[in-house]
Amino acid sequence: MSVQPAQVQGFSSTLQPVRKGAVRIDDVVKIYGADDTGILAVDHCTFEVPPGEITEVPAGSLVALLGPSGCGKTTLLNAIAGFHSISSGSIYLDDEILCGPGKLKAQPGPDRIVVFQNGALFPWKTNIENVTFGPIMQGAMSRAEAYNKAQDMMADAGLRDLVHNYPGEISSGVRRRVEIVRALMNNPRILLLDEPYRALDSLTKSVMHEALLEIFYKNRVSIFFITHDLEEAIFLGHRVVIMTTRPCRPKKILDIDIPHPRDYSVLTAKRFRELMDETAAAVHEEAIKAFAAGEKER
Amino acid sequence: MPLPAVQRERAASDAIFVMTDTSPVQALRTDGARAVVADSRTVTSLALTTHRLSLWIKSPRPYLMLIGFAGFLGFWYLSVEVWKLPRFSEMPGPTEVLREWFSRDPTYGLSIFVPEYYMHIWVSTQRILTAFFLATVIGVPLGLFLGGSERFKQYVFPVFELLRPVPPLAWVPLAIVMFKGSETPVIFLTFLASFYATALNTMLGVESIDVSYIRAANCLGAKRWQVFRHVIVPGAMPFIFTGLQISVGVAWFSLVAGEMVSGQYGLGYVINTSYTMVRYPTIIIGMATLGIVGYVTSAAVRLAGDYLMQWRTRELALGGDR
Repeated sequence: MSVQPAQVQGFSSTLQPVRKGAVRIDDVVKIYGADDTGILAVDHCTFEVPPGEITEVPAGSLVALLGPSGCGKTTLLNAIAGFHSISSGSIYLDDEILCGPGKLKAQPGPDRIVVFQNGALFPWKTNIENVTFGPIMQGAMSRAEAYNKAQDMMADAGLRDLVHNYPGEISSGVRRRVEIVRALMNNPRILLLDEPYRALDSLTKSVMHEALLEIFYKNRVSIFFITHDLEEAIFLGHRVVIMTTRPCRPKKILDIDIPHPRDYSVLTAKRFRELMDETAAAVHEEAIKAFAAGEKER
Repeated sequence: MPLPAVQRERAASDAIFVMTDTSPVQALRTDGARAVVADSRTVTSLALTTHRLSLWIKSPRPYLMLIGFAGFLGFWYLSVEVWKLPRFSEMPGPTEVLREWFSRDPTYGLSIFVPEYYMHIWVSTQRILTAFFLATVIGVPLGLFLGGSERFKQYVFPVFELLRPVPPLAWVPLAIVMFKGSETPVIFLTFLASFYATALNTMLGVESIDVSYIRAANCLGAKRWQVFRHVIVPGAMPFIFTGLQISVGVAWFSLVAGEMVSGQYGLGYVINTSYTMVRYPTIIIGMATLGIVGYVTSAAVRLAGDYLMQWRTRELALGGDR
């Protein structure tokens, strides 16, 4: 994979050595049901980062949140995005408070954009209408400006020929790329990816991983992503936060000392294997717990 | 080696939708893509329609359809005019009906050469259009509100669900008492069933929208009204058009009921008076005309839907995976 500095110009204004997109999750607890409205009680999952512990997403980095399905990872992501409230604790974005005591639900906004598990490109809008949606809705750009910028960015992402297609006409992997371009159009401080590669086959996945790294190198936007794939987490992340299951709290925080830029040769590197060995046991333990918890409920 | 018909059709449709150099869709896009943004859609839909039409002609479907019609008419002819089966003895045969229908001097006064025939069609169509229009402009917003606001739904929906099963025919006496003249009651009756179908389907349409779309719009900075305009309305559109299709169908249904009860013109009136005046072939002419006009109105609604939802048409054409 090539990272050519020359290409970076297409993404002007995004290159400053930034204090951009650092998220701090401080002692966050989420209790569904009980004191909440009760509508969400389905889960009965308590999410907490115990007092004193701080989980941080440093600015301009890739952080993976790793845990078994249903452990509460998405709850945390939704709290950052502002889709629902937390019960206590606080979440900061670049030292500004997003939600905390007195204001338990963050306001969703274009500084933190979610890329959804099943994709959320509007099927009734063409790809370029999707990509320009953010700036036009916010009134940040005129239609013509937005279209120009979108066309450049899409061309840069290899989507030139698909600009006027509808999302339903392109493959799911390409759709994911369009969705990321739609997010980047808004110059967000952080991208929140909710198991973005879950539905993809492993070959498409490997292509998408490299594409994500390339996006990161070009834009230096923080990327916070949720996964249950250890290999993916270590391959992509500066930091991997392994979560316990129900209640969900950091079990192990791992800084990945494999230098960036990375490419697929990393997968066979000695250090990569060592990190896999170090963490596999911890992940497996949680998977077993999650499995057992699932059994009990039935 | 010749492909089976279905595969051939599929291959042909792939050729146009997948981006090959020769496809008209692609040809439109490559040159000056920016300028074509607005145009490419209408032209594309035209290309799509002609393309589909040519596929249809090449497929076995039109011929099977003709065989179906021939079988139906043949059975009618044989049972009435040749075998004279007991149940069919009072019924006019197809030759008699067709002769009457296309006669310059019809025995019972109604054929395609009589201006009154078109008067009846026009009056019925006008009533349908009025009722359908009212049902749409009242039903769609109501459905959007029902789907959009949980509180509003709690107030209104139980009443709605209790009124909905009451058939239009049961409303006839009240309609006549409530509304003056003979025109308004008929339109009211026609409106009723249409309105229920439209409102209900619109509501289901709003409820069917994946919450991810709304969240994505929020993330991208859309305000309440923008979410409504760009996510809720287009997201509910497929259901709305299903509702409108049903709506226009049931409108004819209750229109004829209404016209049989009150009214001085219209196809329902034709059928009813022809019965009392023993003009049996005219009954069949009225019925057949209803079938044709009803089909045309449904097709018009479907075409409008295809035009407004090209994203969906194209997805379906591709055998879309969404």
